[in-house]
Amino acid sequence: MENENKFDVIVVGAGPSGTTAAYVLAKAGLEVALLERGAYPGTKNIFGGVLFTTVLNRIIPNFWEEAPVERHMKGIQISLLSENNGVSIGVQSEDHNKPPYNNSFTVSRAKFDQWYASKAEEAGAFLLTNTVVDDLLWDGNKVVGVKARGEEGELYADVVIVAEGTNSLLTQKAGLRGKYVPRQVSLGMKEIIELPREVIEERFQLSGNEGVELKYLAGDATKGIWGGGNIYTNLESLSVVLWLAVKPLTEQRVKVTELMERFKEHPMVRNYIRGGKTIEYQAHLAPDGGYDFTPRYYTNGLLVVGDAARFLNASLHYEGTNFAMASGEAAAEAVIEAKRRGDFSEKSLSHYQKLLNKSFVMKDLKRYRKMNRFAEDNPEFFDAYFKTITQMAVDYFTINELPKRRQEWKMLKKAWLALNYFNAHELSKLHHQNKLSRAFNRAFPLVRFLWQCLKGAWAFL
Amino acid sequence: MNIDDKLALNLFHVDSIPHIEVNSEICRQCPHWLCTYTCPVENYKVENDNVVFNWEGCLECGTCNIVCDQGAVTWNYPRGGFGISYRFG
Repeated sequence: MENENKFDVIVVGAGPSGTTAAYVLAKAGLEVALLERGAYPGTKNIFGGVLFTTVLNRIIPNFWEEAPVERHMKGIQISLLSENNGVSIGVQSEDHNKPPYNNSFTVSRAKFDQWYASKAEEAGAFLLTNTVVDDLLWDGNKVVGVKARGEEGELYADVVIVAEGTNSLLTQKAGLRGKYVPRQVSLGMKEIIELPREVIEERFQLSGNEGVELKYLAGDATKGIWGGGNIYTNLESLSVVLWLAVKPLTEQRVKVTELMERFKEHPMVRNYIRGGKTIEYQAHLAPDGGYDFTPRYYTNGLLVVGDAARFLNASLHYEGTNFAMASGEAAAEAVIEAKRRGDFSEKSLSHYQKLLNKSFVMKDLKRYRKMNRFAEDNPEFFDAYFKTITQMAVDYFTINELPKRRQEWKMLKKAWLALNYFNAHELSKLHHQNKLSRAFNRAFPLVRFLWQCLKGAWAFL
Repeated sequence: MNIDDKLALNLFHVDSIPHIEVNSEICRQCPHWLCTYTCPVENYKVENDNVVFNWEGCLECGTCNIVCDQGAVTWNYPRGGFGISYRFG
């Protein structure tokens, strides 16, 4: 096996997880090949919109001084939408305007991933672009390299780190996972909408490099499908995202392209993007379902990191890039340890598992494991319940000549009627409930509503 | 804004060989044609009682590979450097 195509480690995919692994390994003096199927790192990479940088700031301190970041996130606004109504809460802090800027930045991935990979190259990693990996090379039950398409041919290494992203074909070929089913993924669509810098700063009340994120939870933004919308501020553009869980999408049979247009035209969204010019349209899958759907992420001579290992916190926090980087770093450390021992077996590489278990990666994945199930089992939450919540808020602040006490009763009665109507008529969305609970829900819709809200808060927060 | 206008904004290096193969004989028998709803670039269209697939404009998201439970889609990455090339990401 000793030949010129042999490296210590081959990393497949130059996104945040793969590049982090390559960077840490190269810094430790290992020979690393970083393979990327795009013409340069970043050409295939999409994310929700915010890069979370705790790990990055640890391995490249004060990275923001040289990295192509756009704006740091000083705040977030979360909204529930129905067709005409909206309820929002906003959180922001002046403390986020100074280093480390709450460890969250908007970036353009085409620029950032390229910069980050160049840092790995500076550290000594060998970057190979335009390189698609078609399969793993095995020696018995041990991975010994990769088979690249075209002229690169076969490349050998002690360890292969798979950082291919959600669609990872290698994990499937290696038998670490089965074929994905719709409930394991969500589809994100994103438009980059160009606007002058001053307009963005005026519209979102920002100065300098401050940025904000607007988050729209399911409800009318997604036509009641579990998912959500986002607007992120870049320096001279907005990232407008709509993401949808694929399983309810397949049940409701709506065209995703129409949902995207619909979201952009919502009364609570359209004013933010008014006058903007779309300059790019993107789509990507994200892993969904959390801890219960993670594949086996290590075997003899192989480690899986980032989205390929399905490390993503799909809760209200929606963090992925930090999970990617933390898993890349943990994988690199496990390989360095294995190299020291000269043993790349599954047992030796299980150090990766230990490092992940100790970090926020596994702890958060476990914590939110109930969430996806809850979303799946309670579709009414994102439809009738969000409508009711926003309507109640609007009714509470309605100006009329009724005494407030009577207006409040009216608000509750309206909510009761709306929920009762939903429980009686939207049977297609309630097929998961048995007859008994349906009868109970019709008799006491508000009780059910409150109980579900508590359960939802427990699963989500 | 329709999907063709959106795709005209993107940078593609379209390969002459499709990276996704669709077996239209299986599609003819398919009970749901979910790909025609879920493809974010509408690459799957219903024509003459069957699904017609076009790989140009593909964003390589992989949704069709997951919603197709009939085994009609053979999904792969395009050749190195080909396919979508995002400029903003």
